[in-house]
Amino acid sequence: MTQEIIIQAIISGLLMGFVYALIAVGLSLIFGLMEIVNFAHGEFLMLSMYTAFWLWSLFGLDPLFALPLTAVMMFVLGIATHYGLIRHILHASMLVQICATFGLAIFLRASAQFLWTPDPRTILDPLVEGRLDIMGIFLGLPQIVASLGCLAAFALLYLFIARSDTGLALQATAQDRQAASLMGIPTDRMYALGWGIGSACVGIAGVLLATFRPTDPEVGALYALLAYVAVALGGFGSILGSLFAGLLIGQMEALGGWLIDPSYKYVVIFSLYLAVVSLRPQGLFGRF
Amino acid sequence: MAMSQTPAGAPDSALEAARAEPLHPPMTGRQKILGVVAAVALVAYPFVFNAPFPQHVMIMIFLYGTMAQSWNIMAGYCGQISLGHAMFFGIGAYSSAFLFATYQISPWLGMLVGMILAMAAAAVVGLPTFRLRGHYFAIATLVIGESVQIVVQRWDFIGAASGIWLPIVRENQWANFQFHDSKIPYYFIALGFLAVACLAVRHMERSRLGFYFRAIREEPEAARSLGINITLYKSLAFMLSAALMAMAGTFYAQYVLVVDPEVVFPLTLSILVLLMAVMGGVGTLWGPLLGAAVLIPLSETTRILLGGTGGAVDLMIYGALIVMICLFKPEGLIGLVRHWLPSHAVKKEAGHGDA
Repeated sequence: MTQEIIIQAIISGLLMGFVYALIAVGLSLIFGLMEIVNFAHGEFLMLSMYTAFWLWSLFGLDPLFALPLTAVMMFVLGIATHYGLIRHILHASMLVQICATFGLAIFLRASAQFLWTPDPRTILDPLVEGRLDIMGIFLGLPQIVASLGCLAAFALLYLFIARSDTGLALQATAQDRQAASLMGIPTDRMYALGWGIGSACVGIAGVLLATFRPTDPEVGALYALLAYVAVALGGFGSILGSLFAGLLIGQMEALGGWLIDPSYKYVVIFSLYLAVVSLRPQGLFGRF
Repeated sequence: MAMSQTPAGAPDSALEAARAEPLHPPMTGRQKILGVVAAVALVAYPFVFNAPFPQHVMIMIFLYGTMAQSWNIMAGYCGQISLGHAMFFGIGAYSSAFLFATYQISPWLGMLVGMILAMAAAAVVGLPTFRLRGHYFAIATLVIGESVQIVVQRWDFIGAASGIWLPIVRENQWANFQFHDSKIPYYFIALGFLAVACLAVRHMERSRLGFYFRAIREEPEAARSLGINITLYKSLAFMLSAALMAMAGTFYAQYVLVVDPEVVFPLTLSILVLLMAVMGGVGTLWGPLLGAAVLIPLSETTRILLGGTGGAVDLMIYGALIVMICLFKPEGLIGLVRHWLPSHAVKKEAGHGDA
C-alpha cells in the first residue's frame, strides 16, 4: 500500500515536473540572453490559460486544438513586450528592470480581474478527461497529455537552440552580445526572438494546464514563483538546468507533501533553493 | 581643510564644480520657509479636514511612506533588492498584537519587542543570503517571505489563518495605543513614525554608515578591498530597515485592530512598498515619501469611486504608472520635482543663466 502511494507520488511529481520545466525554461532563456527576470511570467501563463478558456467557451474550440493558435499569440505578445518595454530598459539598473516587469505583471493581473472577474473558470468538457488505472496507480489523462506536450515542446526547443543556425545565433548573443553583433548577428532581433520563444513556452504550458486546472487572475503567481526557484536552482540561463530543476521541484512537491505535510510542501521547496544557492550561489548548472 | 591642499595642475573647473556642489548643501532661505510651511500645514491638516476619509488617506500615506523609506535604506542606499520586506511588517504587527491580546502588554512595549525580533530575523535571513548577488538575493528574499507567510498561516499558537483580534479597550487610550473617538491621535503617531524613519535615513545618509552603504551598492569589490566588512554593513542596513518596517507593522495592527497572515505578510505588500520607493526615487530622502503620496490617494480614491476593491482599477493604474516611470523617468518622480525646485542657490543661478 505504502509502496503504491510512493510510486503514485513519484509519477504525479514527474508529470508536473515537465510542466514546471517548460515554464521555467521560458524564463531561463530570456534571462540567459539579457539578464532580465520577467516577473510577469506568471501573468503570461494566466493570459494563455484565459485564452484557452475563452476559445473553448466562445467557439467550442478544445484547448488541444487551440494550442498552436495560443502559442503563436503568446509568441507575438513576447515580441511586443520586447519592443514596447524591454528594449528601452536594457541598460537601466536592475531595480528599474525588476519594477518594469513587476509593473507589467500588476497591470495584466488587474486587467484580468477587471475584465473577467476573480471567479475561477473551468473548461467543462475537455477532449481528454478521466484517468488511467495501472495496477492501483491512478493517473489523470489530462495530466499525462499535458506532461507529454510539455516534454515534446521542451525537446523541440532544445533541438532548436542546440542545432539550428538561429539557435546558435541565440547562444552566441547570450554569450557575448558585442562579439555576436560583430559577426553579423542582429542581436536586437535575437532578444525579441528570445522573448517570443520564452512566452510561447509558457503559453503552451498554460494551455495544457488549463485542461485540468481552473483559471483565475491569480493563477500565475504560484507557477511563476516555482519557475523563479527552478531557474535560480538550475542556474539562470541554463536550459538543461531548468529541466532538472523543474523535475526536482515536481518530486519535492509530490514527496514533500506526502512525507511532511501538504501545507508545507512549498516551504520544503524554498528551503532546498536556499540550501543550494548558499552552497552554490550560481545554481546547480549555472555559469557565473 | 582638505580642499586647501590642492594638487598642482588640478583643473580649476573641476574644483569649482566640487565646491559649488557640496554633498549636503545648507538649506537656503526659501527651503527653510518651505519647510516651516509644510510643517504647519501637516499639523493643521487633521483639524481643517476633520472628516474620517481625508485623515485616513494621510495616515495611509504616512504609514506607507514609513515602509517605503525603510525599504529604501536596504535597496536605495545599500543596493540590496529585497522582495520579502512584508515579513518584517508582519513580525511587528504580530508581536505587539500577540503580546497585547494574550498578556495585556502595552503595544508600545510590544512594538519594541517586534522591532528587536525583526532585527534578529533580518540578521538570520542575511546569513545565507548576503553572499548572493543581484537576482539570486531578490528571489531568495522573495521565497523566504513566502515561507514565513505559509508558516504563520499554519501556526495555531498565534491564531493560524484567522490571525489575532485585538481586544477593544476604551480607557488609557494612549497607553493602550487605541483611539476610538477620533483618528487624530493615529494621525500624529503615524506622522511621528514617518519622521523617525526620515530622520534615521537623513542621519544615516550623512554618516560614515551611509558612505559605506553606498560604496557597497556601487562597487562591492572595491568596498571590500578598502576594508569595509560587507556582510556586517549589509546586516546593519537590513536590521535598521527591518526595525522601521516592524514599527509600521505595530502601527497598522493598532489602527485596524486585527492582524492576519493574508494582510500583513503578503508578497503584494513587499512589492507595493518597492514600487512606491522606485516611483518616487530610490536612494533619495524624499523619493519614497513622494511615491507614497502619489500612489495612496490614487488607490484610496479609486476605491471610493468604484466601490469595493475598485474592480482592480487602482492596480491597473498602478501597473501602468510604474511601467511609464521605468520607461520615461527611471530616476523616479523626484527627478521632476528637482527640476522645478532648484535645490540650492548655485543651481538656481545656473538655471537663470540658461533661461
